[in-house]
Amino acid sequence: MFAYLLRRLLYAIPILIGVNLLTFALFFVVNTPGDMARLQLGAKHVTPEAIERWKYEHGYDKPLLLNKAAEGSAQFTDTIFFKHSAAMFVFEFGKGDDGRDIGTEIRNRMGPSLAIALPVFVIGLLVNITFALLMVFFRATYLDLWGVVLCVVLMSISGLFYIIAGQYFIASLWKLLPISGFAGGINGLPFIVLPVLVSVVAGIGGGSRWYRTIFIEEIGKDYVRTARAKGLSELRVLFRHVLKNGMIPILTGAVVVIPTLFMGSLITESFFGIPGLGSYTIDAIQAQDFAVVRAMVFLGSALYIVGLILTDLSYSWADPRVRLQ
Amino acid sequence: MSTIFMDIQPVILWTDGLIFALLAGVLVLGMFVVIGLLDSLHYREKLADSPADKPQYSIEVLSVFDALVGTLRTRHEKTYSAPLAMHLYAKEFVERDGTTVRDYPRLQFGGAHLRDAAERRPDLVRRSAIGLAQGLAAGLLLLGVLAAWQARQAKLSLGEWLTRWGEGRLGWPGRTLVCMATLLLMLAGVLAQLAAGYHVFGTDKVGQDVLYITLKSIRTGLVIGTLTTLVTLPLAISLGIAAGYFRGWVDDVIQYVYTVLNSIPGVLLIAAAVLIVQGYIESNPELFDNAAARADVRLLALCLIMGMTSWTGLARLLRGEALKLSTLDYVDAARAFGVSHTRILSRHIFPNVFHLVLIAIVLDFSGLVLAEAVLSYVGVGVDPSMHSWGNMINGARLELAREPTVWWQLGAAFTFMFTLVLAANLFADGVRDAFDPRREAGR
Repeated sequence: MFAYLLRRLLYAIPILIGVNLLTFALFFVVNTPGDMARLQLGAKHVTPEAIERWKYEHGYDKPLLLNKAAEGSAQFTDTIFFKHSAAMFVFEFGKGDDGRDIGTEIRNRMGPSLAIALPVFVIGLLVNITFALLMVFFRATYLDLWGVVLCVVLMSISGLFYIIAGQYFIASLWKLLPISGFAGGINGLPFIVLPVLVSVVAGIGGGSRWYRTIFIEEIGKDYVRTARAKGLSELRVLFRHVLKNGMIPILTGAVVVIPTLFMGSLITESFFGIPGLGSYTIDAIQAQDFAVVRAMVFLGSALYIVGLILTDLSYSWADPRVRLQ
Repeated sequence: MSTIFMDIQPVILWTDGLIFALLAGVLVLGMFVVIGLLDSLHYREKLADSPADKPQYSIEVLSVFDALVGTLRTRHEKTYSAPLAMHLYAKEFVERDGTTVRDYPRLQFGGAHLRDAAERRPDLVRRSAIGLAQGLAAGLLLLGVLAAWQARQAKLSLGEWLTRWGEGRLGWPGRTLVCMATLLLMLAGVLAQLAAGYHVFGTDKVGQDVLYITLKSIRTGLVIGTLTTLVTLPLAISLGIAAGYFRGWVDDVIQYVYTVLNSIPGVLLIAAAVLIVQGYIESNPELFDNAAARADVRLLALCLIMGMTSWTGLARLLRGEALKLSTLDYVDAARAFGVSHTRILSRHIFPNVFHLVLIAIVLDFSGLVLAEAVLSYVGVGVDPSMHSWGNMINGARLELAREPTVWWQLGAAFTFMFTLVLAANLFADGVRDAFDPRREAGR
């Protein structure tokens, strides 16, 4: 078990290096610091001096990989790659364009992001599995048929529509909940309800249909027939056998997203004014703050890899036949 | 005959419903594709006062679609107006009977043929009726042509064929097809009749007809959906199958590449790449002679980038399938006969995973159309000057706060996007049920 975990962690390192090199290539080689400066300064203020000053202020005035002017090990360390890309391995993200430390910003914003993303994940999972089990219980009847049709219809509606309609009807027209904003602690509860509600509803279509497919596939297997032949009730078959065996494909999809919940949702947070990592990212994209985007790319990848490892571990928990080697 | 009808009990099989959905999906998709194609034939008009020996062309790039809809493109009002309205949305000072009063001014084009507001309702009803009748007539014409052609093919008399058609005994769902097509034609007829005299979906902030903008957005949605899929397919198919078939270090390398790509949050990768393309366009303005070309390059880049980031899912699926297939006896036999790798891959492996590719194409398409709206909201979608549903939603979402609410832009964009995505999803379901052997279990 421990050896397996260690090997998975070691395997994560080349992937993180790959991500790092890719972002380095995207942000510094394809798009040179000079280009970044031009984009940031705008067409009016582009002079060679202004570009140099911008590069100096952001620490982008060094050579990319090898600093020939420096001595000894500084030849490698006093470069853009070492200062801005390699430093991310120790979660040293530097400063954004607004001068704030990105690491501090990330720590402060994880809480609000989680406050939305965690309830959405848990409630969404429960609601979707419930609907899927209901459809499977009534399978091959009109209830199931219309359930699937409803799922396809719900899936076809743009996520933006759910948010805009939710904000307009629930918050603006009927004034049931605040339209946007955030507060810490228990006071924040009314602010959380609407974004969570909207996100859960938006996910019902795709989610329930996906779980229904899993359960339907499971129900066609021989052990289910055996269980029925033993005289078990349909409900018992569904909950004790189908749900349990359907856990593996469900876990594949669900566990991998748990760590990335920290990243929040770009759109939901931005519409509801939640000061989380999602709105941080979206602001950075809109302000073309490359340092923040780079940091978020690295953080997202690292969390995704943690998710992959967790998925493997959860397999052995859900299915004792899967042995970790 | 009637006794037969008395004795039967109507049974709706799952497959009937699926054929129904599939056909509806195909027809609606087809209609969108036709509009998109018409909108993809671009030209520039010759200026009226340019000399004959040295013709000069207008800077505005038009399409065949623009020419077909005629004045819909040029009928600008001052600002917002509600759907089918004859008055502007905001009050202004207007001259009336010699005095200046503050009132809702009449629209320049919407309902301009009416003398007063009392005439509007009867006129709307009359136009709708004409449109319905025209659609019905077109549907009957379609049936007639189809009947004449098919009856000849099947060597039946026209009456005999029509009876079979009416009873649904053709062997193919001809009845459903014609009925659905007629319904769509009637809808189109009503829209066309109303659009000739009114702004069916109102006008936007600068007074442009919202119906026109929505229809123009179809092309953007289709381009993003299809072009991206075209980028995805070669990557996913070649890499996915190669990884599963060759195994060993090839598999390791390909798996490494897609785990790396997969682990980067998609939106961020797209955002980074779009920012870079934007920077490139801005620092090399001499390469693009007009705004349309710039917007087009950005659209192309967006499709490329989305394609580069979204091939991993299908590749993983194909890898697993190729792994399974490459151990089967007939592949071993082919190898023993000394058949080359390329031939085994193209003749024995690829045809057996083709259904997965087909399903993925249609499923991805709808996801991409929805993604465009989200990306445009984030600011890394298509060029803001381009007609697209994402841009429409982004521009109009703050207008809900106005009093009275300006809802028609959002409504139109969401309705059309929903229709296209629903059609694609229904089509995808149909394709999956037709091709995926695993989905038999539930029925």
